[in-house]
Amino acid sequence: MNAVVTATGLSKTYKNSIALNDVSFRIESGRIVGLIGPNGAGKTTALKAILGLTDFKGELNVLGFDPRTQRDQLMEQVCFIADVAVLPRWIRVREAIDFVANVHPRFNRAKCEAFLARTKLTPNQRVKQMSKGMIVQLHLALVMAIDARLLVLDEPTLGLDILYRKQFYQSLLEDYFDENKTIIVTTHQVEEIENILTDLMFIRDGRIVLDTDMDTVGERFVEVMVSAEKAATARSMRPLDERQVFGKSIFLFDGADRATLESMGEVRRPTVSDLFVATMKGTYA
Amino acid sequence: MKTFYWLLKREFWEHRGGFLWAPVVTGGIFLVLNVMAIITAEVLSARHGVRFGGGVDIQEMMRNADAGAWQQVGAAADVAMISSMGLIGIVMGIVVLFYCLGSLYDDRRDRSVLFWKSLPVSNTNTVLSKVASAAIVAPVIAVVVSIVCGLLQLILFVIALSFHGVNVWQLLTYSHPLRAVASLLSNVPLYALWALPAIGWLMLCSSGARSKPFLWAVATPVVLGLLVSWFDIMGLFNMTGSWFWANVVQRVLLSVFPGTSLLFDKHNPLNMGDLNENDPLAMLSPMHTYGLLASPNLWIGVIAGLALIAGAIWFRRVRDDS
Repeated sequence: MNAVVTATGLSKTYKNSIALNDVSFRIESGRIVGLIGPNGAGKTTALKAILGLTDFKGELNVLGFDPRTQRDQLMEQVCFIADVAVLPRWIRVREAIDFVANVHPRFNRAKCEAFLARTKLTPNQRVKQMSKGMIVQLHLALVMAIDARLLVLDEPTLGLDILYRKQFYQSLLEDYFDENKTIIVTTHQVEEIENILTDLMFIRDGRIVLDTDMDTVGERFVEVMVSAEKAATARSMRPLDERQVFGKSIFLFDGADRATLESMGEVRRPTVSDLFVATMKGTYA
Repeated sequence: MKTFYWLLKREFWEHRGGFLWAPVVTGGIFLVLNVMAIITAEVLSARHGVRFGGGVDIQEMMRNADAGAWQQVGAAADVAMISSMGLIGIVMGIVVLFYCLGSLYDDRRDRSVLFWKSLPVSNTNTVLSKVASAAIVAPVIAVVVSIVCGLLQLILFVIALSFHGVNVWQLLTYSHPLRAVASLLSNVPLYALWALPAIGWLMLCSSGARSKPFLWAVATPVVLGLLVSWFDIMGLFNMTGSWFWANVVQRVLLSVFPGTSLLFDKHNPLNMGDLNENDPLAMLSPMHTYGLLASPNLWIGVIAGLALIAGAIWFRRVRDDS
């Protein structure tokens, strides 16, 4: 497999805080990577570095380009949706399509129009007359019509209702994603994307604290529900996290022996949210 | 090339109000005011029995007019032709000033810069398309609107006089509408060169300021000007305050107003004094205005403008506050 993004020793310091602290990672082609972290952990900085929107220290290779110096070529292969609020408010649907169609060599107008035909948007409508959900439909239609190799989504569904959120990810999976494309997505609504992700990256205080694919998550992490009398034994096995539900304790283990755990109680695969909460314990303390 | 054309088109879409409708509305108001003035004159003269030319019938006067008098009438028609440019030019100057100040700031403020930067368009092309919009697109539209407005004004002038039995065709042969059109158009490239330092400075502020680009653009040269004047008064450093105000402060702020080259530039070899008063078009004719090309003031300004635009491009790339 070939790497779409390779980062080595990525660092970025703002005036009084460290946004990225010597981060290294590799993203392969054909993956959907969730970059997940608390507010201020460095997610957006990492994405900006990949998109060449910010300066940084270290090595970064995106599709064979250095985003600092070869942004113009890179952006032919990379699309990105920052969040729903970034389409210019004055632009009309028709103007947006015309403009992108004429400046982007890989834009397919028919595809864009076919996608818009499924929405309520009309050619003369201006962005300022649209709801947040409609703006994201327009943005998604523009982006999905571009045959790019890497799509970067930074909180793309922030502030949308559940219908638009579901539709957003469904469209991406059904009409856009294939093995030649790669998607990097950050979001706080982890539970909505966890079943579409192939890879998971947790970022905390400018460091990658977990970088794994979803299959490995199921093998490594186990949640076990233990009754009160066996809780002490479970605690001695150094769980990542413990919480109480209906008088029973739920322990989260990383890499513990599955057979032992199964003998103690009901075993299940943890959700990404539970894993996230356990990993990020004490972030805001 | 195609990308650049669409970038210009995008600027026009966004600023249609300032680039197109502002001159059109100004021209319309100008014409309405003239119609009102003509009607007022007609009504007053009819009511009081006032006659043009001190009681002599206007037809009589025209019949007796010699070539010189006809030339004056022709000159008046020429003035009618170009006078709307004055008003439209001021409006266009204001539009260009605020366009430049907002051009690289507004999209950072509303974060739509993230959308524009997600497209494969270089920062250099983006900034240059905005420079071209300010230096060429806006003035061309303003001049075209002025020409249409001037022709309508000429028709108005001719119709008003024809009510008094003046031979319209004879009048038109003494006016120079084609020369007026050519003169107005000929000033567009000169304007672009002259306005470059102001466009560059305003766009540098627009691109670099984290907030309030207007304040940066105005306060920086004015404070510097005050300092220079202060040193000047104290006789330090051998700096002359008036030179600084005329050649720096005014140039970086007011050069966006068309016609300011005629007012500011003292190096202009053709002074306005030696112009024929029966030939108002001479002031705008390339023979007169292009004397500016011999002025170091113009070329130093162009070089400074290019440097400032390069700075604006650099800021566009590195400013990261979204």
